[in-house]
Amino acid sequence: MAPPSKSPKRKSRYTADRGVAGAFEGETMTRRGVMTGGALLYGGIASAAFGLPALGFALGPMFEDGTPDVWQDVGVEADFTAETYVPKVTNVVADVGEAGKTTIYVRKLDPERDSKSKSDKGKEPLPYVAISTRCAHLGCPVRYIQASERFACPCHGGIYDFEGKVDGGPPVRPLDRFYTRVVNGRVEIGERFSVNSELERFSPRDPSSHLDGLWQYLYPARPST
Amino acid sequence: MSKLVPPIPKFLRPAPPRPGQNGPGRNGAGDENGNTPGKRGTGGQHGTAVKLREGAAEGGTQVVGWLDERSGMSPIVRAQLFRKVPKGTNWFYTLGSATLFAFVSQAVTGVFLAMYYNPDPSRAYESAAHITNEVFLGELVRGMHKWGSTVMIILIFLHMGRTFVFGAYKYPRELNWVIGVLLLVLTLAMGFTGYLLPFDQRSLWATVVGVNINASNPVIGPYLADFLRGGAEFGAATLSRFYALHMLLIPGLIGALIGAHLYMVAKLGTTAPPWLKAEKKSLSREEI
Repeated sequence: MAPPSKSPKRKSRYTADRGVAGAFEGETMTRRGVMTGGALLYGGIASAAFGLPALGFALGPMFEDGTPDVWQDVGVEADFTAETYVPKVTNVVADVGEAGKTTIYVRKLDPERDSKSKSDKGKEPLPYVAISTRCAHLGCPVRYIQASERFACPCHGGIYDFEGKVDGGPPVRPLDRFYTRVVNGRVEIGERFSVNSELERFSPRDPSSHLDGLWQYLYPARPST
Repeated sequence: MSKLVPPIPKFLRPAPPRPGQNGPGRNGAGDENGNTPGKRGTGGQHGTAVKLREGAAEGGTQVVGWLDERSGMSPIVRAQLFRKVPKGTNWFYTLGSATLFAFVSQAVTGVFLAMYYNPDPSRAYESAAHITNEVFLGELVRGMHKWGSTVMIILIFLHMGRTFVFGAYKYPRELNWVIGVLLLVLTLAMGFTGYLLPFDQRSLWATVVGVNINASNPVIGPYLADFLRGGAEFGAATLSRFYALHMLLIPGLIGALIGAHLYMVAKLGTTAPPWLKAEKKSLSREEI
């Protein structure tokens, strides 16, 4: 018998021409090929049946809006001035427990001193400024120093001015803020939002996500927002 | 072909027949003195004692033989135990085994820590403190796991350094180097995910910053961070997610890759130290 590769009949699409045992007239695929393909196909379907839901299960939270829409009471209006920040210790996410407690710096809005945000055009600006202590570089907790009216990060030396705008160091955008409102004379803090260098509001971003210039296109917003 | 197979070591060989015995056929109805089963009387106890002693002596061989007959493992085991190693093999070649030992010790202590640990944000710190302060030998087991993780990372880097300096990553061992790098990354991931579990201030904020470092990757960063946290904010889901990664997903991957790593080592053998090769070359030149 000649080597199979050299036989011209080997290349025929009909199994009968190729000399496959038990071939039918006009048959183009071998039964072995059908069984192999079928086993792979059904194995693939069976694996996908549990694999895809499991993958979706693990990746799902990326596409959901996970932050709870809760307003937290931080005190009466008389507690706050426009000159300095008052630290308030809260849980941004309630279920993270004692270890996840973090500080929010709150002060009254100073219409003279605070820069106007594009997002507030034609609207009443937020009555209070609530600044997140999460550094916009890598998320270390920043501290407010009244003597210099600056926020300082202990990790890599990020410095922010009185409004939370970057003054120096590696941070890529101003400090995040929280929505504020006054209900029955009490100040309440709502959801987080991020701001760019002009204090324009954006959906909450991770630290180190740029919001200015060309860089902002490399750091997409969450699919849920 | 059969000449290449090393001989069975002494302790695995069946014992040679003792003087006064007639070889293997001594389980018959009567013994060599012509005693029939009915006439045991005086010699019975002595015979049983001898039989027991012989049985004990041969028991090991019989068990090994029984297993080998069914599994066919002995050529594989023999090839592993008696495989040739190059001249000049030294203590630096034990770093891989030392890393493996560190992994096994982490796996064992980790399994026992999981018996007491509770990955719930309100309970995690207390359960870890409970292990340290109240569980019998808990401080020791937790300490071994904690310090053992550092030991494993030191050892894996030393092992990598040895492989690099000795040139053991070169053909045909490139694939094993790649597997080894994956193992290094997974080991670091173990360190990262395990660091959160005590759930005190240090571990929580270190992990927050660690996740944010992941988030600083362009394009994929924000998605990666959301995947690690299980959402936009660091919450209870993050802790259980890290726990699952730390004790199920990553160890499973490490175990599988260690299997592949060791298979390749057994398949390809180890390299001789570079200085030995140089010597050999000069020798052969002189011979010419």
